[in-house]
Amino acid sequence: MTTITRKPENPIAHLSPEDIEEIGAELDAIRQEVLDSRGERDAAYIRRMVTIQRRLELASRATLLASVFPPAWVAGTVGLSVAKILENMEIGHNVMHGQWDWMRDPKIHSTTWEWDNASTAEGWKHSHNEVHHTYTNIVGKDNDLGYGIMRVDEDQRWHPMYLGQPLWNFINACFFEYGIAAYDLELGKNLSMPKEKRSETFKRNAKNTLRKIRKQATKDYVVNPALALPTGAFLPTLAANFTANLVRNLWSHSVIMCGHFPEGVETFEKKSIPENETRGEWYVRQMLGSANISGSKLMHLMTGNLSHQIEHHLFPDLPSNRYAEVAPRVKALFAKHGLNYHEAPLPQQVASAWHKVVRLSLPNGWLETTTPANAPQQLALLWTMATGDRRTRRAAQARLEQLARRQRTEVAAAA
Amino acid sequence: MTTAAAPFVPGRGRTLRSALRRVAESAVTPLELDDVLDVFHPLRAGAELRGRIVQVLPETPESATIVLKPGRAWAGHVPGQYVRVGVDVEGVRLWRTYSLTHGPRPDGCISITVKAIPDGVVSNHLVHRARAGQMLQLAQAEGEFVLPQPVPGKLLLVTGGSGITPVIGMLRNLHSKAVAPTTDIVLVHVNASESAAIFRAELRALHAAGRIRLVERFDDTHGVLDVALLAELVPDLDERLTYACGPAGLLDALEQHHADRGLDLTTERFRPVLVAPADGEAGGTVTLTGPTGGGTTIEADGTTPILDAAEQAGVLMPSGCRMGICMGCVLPMRAGAVRDLRNGALTVAVPGETGPQGVPIQTCISAAAGACSIDH
Repeated sequence: MTTITRKPENPIAHLSPEDIEEIGAELDAIRQEVLDSRGERDAAYIRRMVTIQRRLELASRATLLASVFPPAWVAGTVGLSVAKILENMEIGHNVMHGQWDWMRDPKIHSTTWEWDNASTAEGWKHSHNEVHHTYTNIVGKDNDLGYGIMRVDEDQRWHPMYLGQPLWNFINACFFEYGIAAYDLELGKNLSMPKEKRSETFKRNAKNTLRKIRKQATKDYVVNPALALPTGAFLPTLAANFTANLVRNLWSHSVIMCGHFPEGVETFEKKSIPENETRGEWYVRQMLGSANISGSKLMHLMTGNLSHQIEHHLFPDLPSNRYAEVAPRVKALFAKHGLNYHEAPLPQQVASAWHKVVRLSLPNGWLETTTPANAPQQLALLWTMATGDRRTRRAAQARLEQLARRQRTEVAAAA
Repeated sequence: MTTAAAPFVPGRGRTLRSALRRVAESAVTPLELDDVLDVFHPLRAGAELRGRIVQVLPETPESATIVLKPGRAWAGHVPGQYVRVGVDVEGVRLWRTYSLTHGPRPDGCISITVKAIPDGVVSNHLVHRARAGQMLQLAQAEGEFVLPQPVPGKLLLVTGGSGITPVIGMLRNLHSKAVAPTTDIVLVHVNASESAAIFRAELRALHAAGRIRLVERFDDTHGVLDVALLAELVPDLDERLTYACGPAGLLDALEQHHADRGLDLTTERFRPVLVAPADGEAGGTVTLTGPTGGGTTIEADGTTPILDAAEQAGVLMPSGCRMGICMGCVLPMRAGAVRDLRNGALTVAVPGETGPQGVPIQTCISAAAGACSIDH
């Protein structure tokens, strides 16, 4: 994706500053309506969700005590995976956004919640709520775009190391909770500086994160398996916990990729964001920088309603159970102002996001210009680019772009 | 998930128990064991104090007695004391204090009697919408408005409106004993009208049985009580120890009256809501109590976020997105009023009514709407 300002057709060129402020006012009105009607029904929803999740987790862990029997292992592992997903997505993520702070219940509050994840609530609230939600999809500012380790935009110069990016992305997906913890700490940046230069904040946060990881690992891989020792189910329980964490990681990674990464979601240049971005301008950036997953109620629940990513990014502090309710009105607003409401079923969005990961792991234009017929030449070209020096790469890149341009002209002429 | 740790008492049983607890805690982290146990038994010993509504008994059209089964942690009370109650109204937890209207009961239940006041969010909810089975949050009983032991020979009790609630607790307790007390009690019970008088029948029955002398005064038939008439209503006034509870006007007049006659008086005042939010953009004085703020006071206007105002005053404040999204700047407001700069919504904190930790506010989008005290 090229940042919006460098595209030949800017999708918001038709909006006047007045239009943008009008969008802001209309979205504020939707938000206010939800705030005004927020009450008992919503409180009952989140309390029920918390109770269901806790019962499910306990029941699954109890079942795993007998996990020497394969059916018990399967049931316990499925239950634990679902419980962990609910805890992280519909409960933890949303509680930490302050979606339920209005209830004034100290047990369900953004300042006291700690989640079943390697990253600490404090670290997550900083990197996710503050950085990602404020600077959504601004290349170089929003680390959610590739978590600082991936090429997420054509404008980022290609380097051979990016060829490995589909593999890294997959490994990151499997161990996503640790990836998040590392990125909350800005681990890469901090590790690359001399020890004595690292900030006190980093040292404190790193210590807290390590303690959290130790507690999490002790629970899943020592204490709960040990409780199953009397039935001889130590190893099956350990495997079940590992599997549940893996499932949760893969699932949450997929959902999060779908939120901002599918083809067609806009990214922004740091310098294109005005110094004093108005609320309307901020809203529009959120509208263009997010993508929804369409699907059933169960799908919305299991994604923590991040399937309503657009609505979530517009109103991060509204209770998650209300996103589905406001979605049709938000969609109508997109249509009214001629904006693209990016929405597709999960498999399609996941495929699209992965397509982008693969496409950008390769030099600009390479995937586009490769056909079965010219594959050998193209592979040879890629080999040259991967092994050659910077000058060779630049020359090859120019050739690729020329090829791509020619192809586009031919297609246009044929049509 | 914050829960006060149980006090650690050395000893073998304790050590084994705390070791087991540690294992259980490590099996459920990041939850605490109490969070898990709460799912099954919210009223167990060691849980945060709560109570389940057992019965809601209408007293008058606008008042009701709520009978509660308190959690095992309930430490008991003396009649005349009050309890802080956290009620979820429209999903929002609001705290109020109510007098306990029974002595210790054989069934272990406690009761409060609530009069719905106009626009009273919590009182109307409790009187009209509370149902058996619902849970309320509780704090331990508090208050000094209790009879001395032994109970003096002659008492005068003066109550106005719902001021009867701590007094009925005392009376029920005295008269539930197998042996009737010898105390000679006069109760002057003042109400706006006969139909608004709570516990009317019960008090009249006590009067008929000769256990108390009841003097009823209704504003609509007798006119508002002039305390100068008290000596007429209670001729042996000077021999009696007086306990009074009711509206501020009545208590103020009574204090003056008793001081003039050189008589002792014990009163209980129901805290009035003191916060008067400023209009529009008036702002107010923000006091930062706590280790970081160190008592700093800031004159903040009604359009500047408290975060900005405090930072301009040189206080190191937690902050994040500065646009109301990230919750990185949330601090507890102990008392006062702030306005949400995005939609003008008012948030008010009244000590004793809005939870022991105060009301958490986002300082980046909240401006002072009157004097407020923030813990930081």
